Amino acid sequence: MTKKNKDIKIQLKDVCKSFGDNHVLCGASLDIHKGESVVIIGGSGTGKSVLLKSILGLIVPDSGTILVDGEDVTKLPIHKRDGIMQKFGMLFQGGALFDSLPVWENVAFGLLQNHAMPRKEAYGVAVEKLRSVGLGERVAKLYPAELSGGMQKRVSLARAIATDPEIIFFDEPTTGLDPIMADVINDLIVKATKELGATTLTITHDMASARKIADDVAMIYDGKIIWRGDAEGIENSGNAYVEQFIHGSANGPIAIAV
Amino acid sequence: MNAILEPIQTTGRTVMQFFASIGRISSFAGKGLYHAVLPPIYWRLLFRQFIQIGYYSLPVVGLTTLFTGMVLALQSYTGFSRFSAEGAVATVVVLSVTRELAPVLAGLMVAGRVGASIAAEIGTMRVTEQIDALNTLSTNPYKYLIAPRLIAGILTLPILVLIGDIIGILGGYIVSIYSLGFAPENYLRNTWEYLEAMDVISGLVKASVFGFLVTLMGCYHGYNSGRGAQGVGSATTNAVVSASILILIFNFIITKIFFS
Ligand SMILES: Nc1ncnc2c1ncn2[C@@H]1O[C@H](COP(=O)(O)OP(=O)(O)OP(=O)(O)O)[C@@H](O)[C@H]1O
Ligand SMILES: [Mg+2]
Repeated sequence: MTKKNKDIKIQLKDVCKSFGDNHVLCGASLDIHKGESVVIIGGSGTGKSVLLKSILGLIVPDSGTILVDGEDVTKLPIHKRDGIMQKFGMLFQGGALFDSLPVWENVAFGLLQNHAMPRKEAYGVAVEKLRSVGLGERVAKLYPAELSGGMQKRVSLARAIATDPEIIFFDEPTTGLDPIMADVINDLIVKATKELGATTLTITHDMASARKIADDVAMIYDGKIIWRGDAEGIENSGNAYVEQFIHGSANGPIAIAV
Repeated sequence: MNAILEPIQTTGRTVMQFFASIGRISSFAGKGLYHAVLPPIYWRLLFRQFIQIGYYSLPVVGLTTLFTGMVLALQSYTGFSRFSAEGAVATVVVLSVTRELAPVLAGLMVAGRVGASIAAEIGTMRVTEQIDALNTLSTNPYKYLIAPRLIAGILTLPILVLIGDIIGILGGYIVSIYSLGFAPENYLRNTWEYLEAMDVISGLVKASVFGFLVTLMGCYHGYNSGRGAQGVGSATTNAVVSASILILIFNFIITKIFFS
């Protein structure tokens, strides 16, 4: 909102989604510019993951429009989305690694399937991507079930960036990692945006991570984006919800339903 | 008034749901088959399914048909010897095995073994968002997961059943020769004399249909699995139960088409 309207990569307008009588998203609007790194913060269960999946078309919103490069993706059936999907990389909150494939094939999946890269070459790329998330070649031939939770997360991250997509979504990339590794991942996300020029959308509960990677921070509450501003300004947002959230206080306008 | 309407409503709802799910399954099957014939075909995955569905089912199918052939010889001998028609034992064994027992029993065994594991595997992929991940990696799950399993089911079951036919006949032969005291030449002559190509072919056609049904039910229930471990559990049960019932229903239908 502080930026000019040109170069909008992703635009959400009044997106609503309910599961039964659980109204998760209700009028969510958000603009993301090309090359920008936006962090979404918000309480658990407020629909952050649902928001990402709606943009990816994995969840079809009940109403509203989602434009990616000016094209309304909510109108496209899933099988026609292949072209658009090629633009995306996604780190799922739960990892979502293919447990029937070894780690390196997971990482190289997009390259093998869509770019029809020879297996030898894809293996090389996979090992290189694994190294960038702090995993050695030893891991490449293991299966996901043989890895620790944090290692799985990093493999998943490597898979999300393996095809050098234009748009990358990270759903809680640093959750479950030790502080040092978390910082390595933060650097990696910054690098992806700054060097590769990717547009990224990151969900995190980790304010240190948010400060490091975000150009802009958006806060989701009650199905809407209630605040959006640049990362430096977040301490002085003047928004009671944001203040409560970033200071992790139990007292404030956000009531936790127990 | 309500007491009268209630059962009618329930019946109506059940019938509606029944037809709705037939519709959903048909559309699912249509999409799966469409992607099975449309290039590109994932040969590596197809090969893996051939091994999973075909090769690893050999012991189960072999044992089932062996003992079925053996018990068939014993039972029909008991029956036919009462009116001195022992010569018919060989014919009864070969016809029952090729036309009915090998395809149906192999189908049911494979439903338990393969149907369950397909549903569990795909269901777990659904629950752990691996199917979503496939989509985001621009890979069509129908092409990647469903099509190879359907093709493998359709093509491998006839081969399994053909092997089952041979083993079943062999089982009958062993019992007849070594336990019932038949002369080998006579028994073999009676085996081939009344056997027609159509008997075997109908069995193989059944096998192919059953292979399709088993893999389809595994894929369908796994793909639409509910959330959590419980969702996968009931997907597995539903896959096996529905495949088994469909096998029995289609067995009747195909038999009717072939032999009446
Ligand atoms: N496929 C689904 N079917 C039914 N309900 C769903 C589904 N996916 C999400 N929900 C519901 O939507 C709400 C928001 O879920 P979501 O996963 O987006 O939360 P989140 O903001 O990502 O939370 P967290 O920070 O804990 O990951 C939850 O109440 C959840 O139960
Ligand atoms: Mg989430």
